[in-house]
Amino acid sequence: MAMLHTVNKSPFERNSLNSCLTKSKEGSSILLIEDAVVGALKGTIVADKLSAAIANKNVYVLGSDLNTRGFTEADILDGIKTVDYAGFVDLVAEHSNVQSWL
Amino acid sequence: MATITVEGKEIEVDEEGYLVDLSAWFPAVASEMAKIDEVEMGDDHWDIINFLREYYEEYQIAPAVRVLTKAVAKKLGKEKGNSKYLYELFPYGPGKQACKFAGLPKPTGCV
Amino acid sequence: MSEAIKKFMFVNTKAPYGTVYALESLEVVLITAAFDQDVSLVFCDDGVFQISNNQNTEASGMKNFSNAYKALGDYDINKLYVEKESLEERGLTLDNIMDLTYEDDDWAEKPSIKLVTRAELADLMDDQDLVISS
Repeated sequence: MAMLHTVNKSPFERNSLNSCLTKSKEGSSILLIEDAVVGALKGTIVADKLSAAIANKNVYVLGSDLNTRGFTEADILDGIKTVDYAGFVDLVAEHSNVQSWL
Repeated sequence: MATITVEGKEIEVDEEGYLVDLSAWFPAVASEMAKIDEVEMGDDHWDIINFLREYYEEYQIAPAVRVLTKAVAKKLGKEKGNSKYLYELFPYGPGKQACKFAGLPKPTGCV
Repeated sequence: MSEAIKKFMFVNTKAPYGTVYALESLEVVLITAAFDQDVSLVFCDDGVFQISNNQNTEASGMKNFSNAYKALGDYDINKLYVEKESLEERGLTLDNIMDLTYEDDDWAEKPSIKLVTRAELADLMDDQDLVISS
């Protein structure tokens, strides 16, 4: 079963999203939470890297953290799925292991 | 933790008399706090208290005295929007005392 | 006693909510303004997210403190510099930023937000008595 990676730091400030993208395997899942959710926005300097990841990994963003920062599903890259807290729990349950990139 | 008793309810306040839980406020709380501070509450006091509560609702901060004065002048007129008038209503300071009665935190910038 | 007015610039570089820097900085800004100082604010790097439009904390249950920035005008803080390059790197424009204003002496509403380049910011910082980053 695949791994779930969570990232909680802004990719514009820390390198943790980049580390996660380079060290996660095809078919694994990546969930952006807290300050990392802004990495999912369209037109950013990390959009190309994240778009490449979407091709062979499942990328999710926590909707409540996105709304908190003033954004909605309409503002994020195509192919990134929004989940709520219950969806977060489901993701944890569905994956064999969770790795938190801090 | 200190408490005050209002209409039979025990309400928590901090060491300076400000509400611990801002949502615990109701008008009689202001009246009770005023009684403790020996302030006779009239319509003019309530105007300021209601104004402060609206301000907090909108901006999520308790305004500094200077800001309060200016905003009261705009809303209630120049004769009320000056510190002399506000200090007469709230002798311990319109920022500190009126915010306390209104159930707001101590204003940012009040020392 | 002479009233010394100093030029304070607060440079906000962190996103709100994930850490407490943004909220703490705002508190210090309001305190400084209460002492009648010349205060300006910079929003650069992830700090631009502090004043993004439409912040909605209903689902996360956090305290939405973005409305407090709308009170800055009441505190005579009307120099809010937003770095152009920081917006661009994040796929944002001024349309994503709150429309913050102040009222002049005749109570006419004026914009507080100014879009500046990185180079212009360097000059502005150079001109201050104190620069406080968070």
